[in-house]
Amino acid sequence: MTKARSSLSTKTTMHAVLIVYTIIALFPVFVILINSFKSRRAIFRDPLGLPNEETFSLIGYQTVLKQGDFFLYFQNSMIVTVVSLALILLFGAMAAFALAEYRFKGNTLMGLYLALGIMIPIRIGTVAILEMMVSTGLVNTLTALILVYTAQGLPLAVFILSEFMKGVSDDLKNAGRIDGLSEYKIFFRLVLPLVRPAMATVAVFNMIPIWNDLWFPLILAPAEEVKTLTLGSQVFIGQFVTDWNAVLSALSMAILPVMILYVIFSRQLIRGITSGAVK
Amino acid sequence: MTALKLENVNKSFGPVHVLKDINLEVEDGEFVVFVGPSGCGKSTLLRVIAGLEDASSGTIRIGGEVVNSVPPAKRGIAMVFQSYALYPHLTVRDNMGLGLKQEGQPKDVVDARVSKASKMLDLEQYAQRRPAELSGGQRQRVAIGRAIVREPKLFLFDEPLSNLDAALRMNTRVEIAELHRTLAASMIYVTHDQIEAMTLADKIVVLRDGRIEQVGSPMELYNNPANRFVASFLGSPSMNFLERSVPGLPAGQTIGIRPEHLGLREDGQIFGKVTHVERLGGDTNLLVQTGQGEIMTVRLFGQDPTEVGDEIRVGFDPACAFYFDAQQERIFQQAA
Ligand SMILES: Nc1ncnc2c1ncn2[C@@H]1O[C@H](COP(=O)(O)OP(=O)(O)OP(=O)(O)O)[C@@H](O)[C@H]1O
Ligand SMILES: [Mg+2]
Repeated sequence: MTKARSSLSTKTTMHAVLIVYTIIALFPVFVILINSFKSRRAIFRDPLGLPNEETFSLIGYQTVLKQGDFFLYFQNSMIVTVVSLALILLFGAMAAFALAEYRFKGNTLMGLYLALGIMIPIRIGTVAILEMMVSTGLVNTLTALILVYTAQGLPLAVFILSEFMKGVSDDLKNAGRIDGLSEYKIFFRLVLPLVRPAMATVAVFNMIPIWNDLWFPLILAPAEEVKTLTLGSQVFIGQFVTDWNAVLSALSMAILPVMILYVIFSRQLIRGITSGAVK
Repeated sequence: MTALKLENVNKSFGPVHVLKDINLEVEDGEFVVFVGPSGCGKSTLLRVIAGLEDASSGTIRIGGEVVNSVPPAKRGIAMVFQSYALYPHLTVRDNMGLGLKQEGQPKDVVDARVSKASKMLDLEQYAQRRPAELSGGQRQRVAIGRAIVREPKLFLFDEPLSNLDAALRMNTRVEIAELHRTLAASMIYVTHDQIEAMTLADKIVVLRDGRIEQVGSPMELYNNPANRFVASFLGSPSMNFLERSVPGLPAGQTIGIRPEHLGLREDGQIFGKVTHVERLGGDTNLLVQTGQGEIMTVRLFGQDPTEVGDEIRVGFDPACAFYFDAQQERIFQQAA
């Protein structure tokens, strides 16, 4: 950065503010992490203390790994999240491309209809969804969850992506048409790479609610073999006794995959969020 | 043979009628330039020819065949866009070769044609770069190269030089003229810039509001404009139109005189006062307010000592003047 644009003092304050914010934001995660490595007694005696030789204990992790089928839950959550994200991105981008690119009767109306879901929470329809799943025999399958999450994520995805796709140069698409690319190739090879930051934004915004959701797994797929991680962790939270070691360990492990996915998307995400402002 | 023939082509976007009854022929090997004010439909016409928009009515023939329902890639055309429109994720080589690959040409044909075009446009050392790593002029040459390798019957250029700076524009203009000579292909070229239009064109098509106003060679249009619009559009500085300042002009008529046909003369017909002087070295342009309050430009060749505020008499040869009626159409018999 050039000297003219930033003096030392503004730079220092800027960083100070950012560091303070980071500490505040990360503090709960940090507390969860350190306490997951402590014995139960130590958690209550000194919740903010770091684990030391005396208090260090892996009991929580041992409980989690022994009880229930933790890896199965983990796998279920992973499948549901990844497949739902893939479907949201694919269908969302395709609908967005059609809305942004082609002039047809009812284009605006269709766009509004697809965006309606942003304003209406899908949970309102839980009873109807459950009835549908029962009559189609999809209760207690991962497919049920994937379908619901895809439906839930599509409206916002279509809305955001179609705005971005309108910004892709017409000349570029037309150059592709003159070079003989089919509409599919124009979509996959020219347009999708250019809206990658927007895709990452949509992915991150959808990923965390899906991963953390308790509502639909509890209602649509409570069976042991299709339990998601969030639902699986609930066994440690009892009405009278809660196994805090196990809960904290389960939570710590649940953070990992989301964090990995987030790191993958984050570079694109930052470009997606700032591109509107910088242009 | 005609490279392109348009018959009664119309184009509407919903209620907006953009192109109105366009009839036009482009001969083989001809360089045709579309000029006209912004929004008159030049790009739309080009896109209709390319097949990127469907014509609402009328027929389009390329090389004798009706192509109304032929997709752009199969029309035997290539297009160069104002914004270059290079594929950002492909190298220069792949940008140029993509169209041929899509056609299913064997690899050695693709390589040979791409290499030939790169050599012609001096792009060989950039073959492996991506568009983001090139300057504007280089990107425009890649875009032109992408058009050349397809060996089209008809080239379409939509304001290809308008994003370049003046010096580069001049060079690229010369390159395009040379390209036209070497390839002997038909070209249609849209521009705002009348120097490009005058220097490149075999034939200029002047458009206004979606209609063709006049078609002709640059000198025909310059010497013999059909109406006031065409007269004002070509020539720089543009033609002076006077209603009151010239004695003996019937009411309702306008006289048009090009700035270069005006001169300082003791016995000049028009009296006026200089309000501004532009000294360009080779030329001197005087802005003159006539005694009747009209403003005109006088272009003097070479350098001239006239100063702002000087009172002058300006004369012209009536044979070089144009007369227009109240409907802005040319009146021919009155000349001389
Ligand atoms: N997709 C569209 N829908 C509706 N109207 C359009 C569309 N495309 C172009 N137009 C209208 O058609 C007219 C001609 O546009 P066009 O782009 O052909 O002008 P142009 O002569 O190329 O102008 P410029 O010199 O500024 O590029 C304009 O009035 C424009 O508003
Ligand atoms: Mg245009």
